[in-house]
Amino acid sequence: MKAAVIVFPGSNCDRDMKVALEQVMGSAPAMVWHADSDLPDVDLIAIPGGFSYGDYLRCGAIAGNSPIMREVVKKAASGTPVLGICNGFQVATETGMLPGALLRNADQDFICKDVHLKIVGENRHFSGGFEKDQVVRFPVAHHDGNYYVDDETLARLEGEGQVAFRYASAEGDVTDQTNINGSRNNIAGIYNEAGNILGMMPHPERLISEQLGGTDGKTFFENLVNSLN
Amino acid sequence: MKARVTISLKNGVLDPQGKAIENALHGLGFDQANDVRQGKVIEFDLGNTSKEDAPAAVEKMCTQLLANTVIENYSIELLD
Repeated sequence: MKAAVIVFPGSNCDRDMKVALEQVMGSAPAMVWHADSDLPDVDLIAIPGGFSYGDYLRCGAIAGNSPIMREVVKKAASGTPVLGICNGFQVATETGMLPGALLRNADQDFICKDVHLKIVGENRHFSGGFEKDQVVRFPVAHHDGNYYVDDETLARLEGEGQVAFRYASAEGDVTDQTNINGSRNNIAGIYNEAGNILGMMPHPERLISEQLGGTDGKTFFENLVNSLN
Repeated sequence: MKARVTISLKNGVLDPQGKAIENALHGLGFDQANDVRQGKVIEFDLGNTSKEDAPAAVEKMCTQLLANTVIENYSIELLD
């Protein structure tokens, strides 16, 4: 299996993503610079977290229009799985690959902590190994993670099983109290309609060993890689 | 010719920064300031672009990059 990690000026989770993928794939992913317009032939494209282009204009806006993203959008349209984490989720919404937008957190805080997520939608690539309604723990670190989408699109996401995760309690309760950033319906991650793109605010790549505090992220990546092998 | 693009969040989209500014204004005693919304203004020179071509060109810039029409409205002013 081959993977590529897209690197923008201001990405800061690209190497975490590389370590996580390398650990489960057994080989290093290609690190692809934003100004490149050639994307190697890969089975997975990962758009990492960070502050691409300093979040200028809007989070992900400038990255979303970079040369490499045109290639990513093309590959995604032809079915290549794409994983966008945190800033990668913001970039994916800016390109239109995923619906909606990420607004400033409702309480204005930068939120940096572990959160519990309830697994909602099942997906052939991204949710293997997790049961529906299972609770996992991933870290979040963001200022603009407040997922917004209009009513009509929200109803479609919910109806088509495109909601991947919701912010929940350790027991799996999804309430206003567990909605850390004001996201509509507590949404922490979504799939596109075809199911080959996942955008999520939490960081599974930061929780891949007991030394880092947990292994839910490792399970996530192992399942992803197994589905693609 | 110059262009000035004003971008604001759509009605109904939460604007926490606007809310924080409103609270600060109220803290200073400006209780009459309500429904504060924060936006941004982007100005640029269009060089020799003709008056005929400018509106469509700036419109394209807005939809492709300057504004995210999922959450934002924009208005365009063309200045001689």
